[in-house]
Amino acid sequence: MKFGVISFPGSCDDVDARLACARVGEAVALWHADHDLAGVDVVVIPGGFSYGDYLRAGAIARFAPIMTEVIEFAREGGRVMAICNGFQVCCEAGLLPGALLTNVGRRFVCRQVTLDLVNADTAFTRGLEPGERLSIPVKHTTGRYYAPPELLDRLEAAGQVVLRYAPGENPNGSLDDIAGVINEAGNVFGLMPHPEHAVDPLTGSSDGLGLFASLAASAVGAGV
Amino acid sequence: MGVVKARVLVRPKAGILDPQGAAVERALPALGFEGVRDVRVGRLIELDVADPARLGEMCERLLANPLIEDYEVLVERDGG
Repeated sequence: MKFGVISFPGSCDDVDARLACARVGEAVALWHADHDLAGVDVVVIPGGFSYGDYLRAGAIARFAPIMTEVIEFAREGGRVMAICNGFQVCCEAGLLPGALLTNVGRRFVCRQVTLDLVNADTAFTRGLEPGERLSIPVKHTTGRYYAPPELLDRLEAAGQVVLRYAPGENPNGSLDDIAGVINEAGNVFGLMPHPEHAVDPLTGSSDGLGLFASLAASAVGAGV
Repeated sequence: MGVVKARVLVRPKAGILDPQGAAVERALPALGFEGVRDVRVGRLIELDVADPARLGEMCERLLANPLIEDYEVLVERDGG
C-alpha cells in the first residue's frame, strides 16, 4: 500500500503523517505545486496552516495545482485521509460535506481527547472495533464542525459521522460532537484529531495507528 | 474599459454562532457602552475589478463560503 502525503507551504504535520504511514506501508511525499500523485493508493492531506490559512482555513489550498489531481483521484474512488487542515481543505473543495468554524472558545486548543468510533464499517476504520474509544490529540483554532440542520440529519442517517468526541470531551463546539466525517461514497475521510501524532506509546497513545492500519489492510482501489 | 472599485462584505450566516461577535458584545458594556446586541464580526474585502458583473461568482467560489457566510457586494459607480 503506497501512501502519498501532500506538503503545502505552511503544512506542519506532513512529516509525522509520512512516518505514521511508513509504519504500515510505503510513504512518499507529494508537492503542492506538482500535478503528479506518483501512483499512490492513498492520499493524505496533513495538518498545518496551508497558505497561511488566508481568507479562510483551506480556502486557498483548495486551488493548489495538486488539488486538481486529488479531486479527480477522489471522484474516481481513490482514498483520501484529510487530517485537521486537510479536513478544512476538503470541505472547501467540496470533497467533504459541511464546514469548520472558529472554536467556540476562540482559542487554539491543544490536548488529548477521547473519541468514540461511531462507524467501524469504513475503509479507514475497519481494523477497529465498533464503539471503540480512542485517545488522540487535537490542536486547532478552526475545528468547530458545522453543517446546516438538513445536511446534518442526512449525515447522521447515512452513517457518515465516523468519529465523535466522547461525552464532555468536545473541545471546539462541533455540532453533535462530530470529530470526523466521511463522504457519501465512503472514500474521503476528514477528521480534526491527529492520528499521526498517536502512533507510538512513547507519546502517550498509539490509538491513531489503527486508522492507518485499516487503510493498509484494505484492498487497493476497492472504493469503499 | 476602466476598473471599478468594489467592496465585499462577508458575515457569518444568521443562526451560526459567532464567538468573535459574542466576545465583542460582552466587552462593550465593560467600557460603559450599554444597549448593544447582536454583534456579528465579518470581513471587508476591497478590490478593483474590470468586470463587476463577475463579483457574485467570485464571492460564491472564493471570497465567501456560502454554506456558512452571507455576502453583500457594494460597487462604487464613479470608480472613486
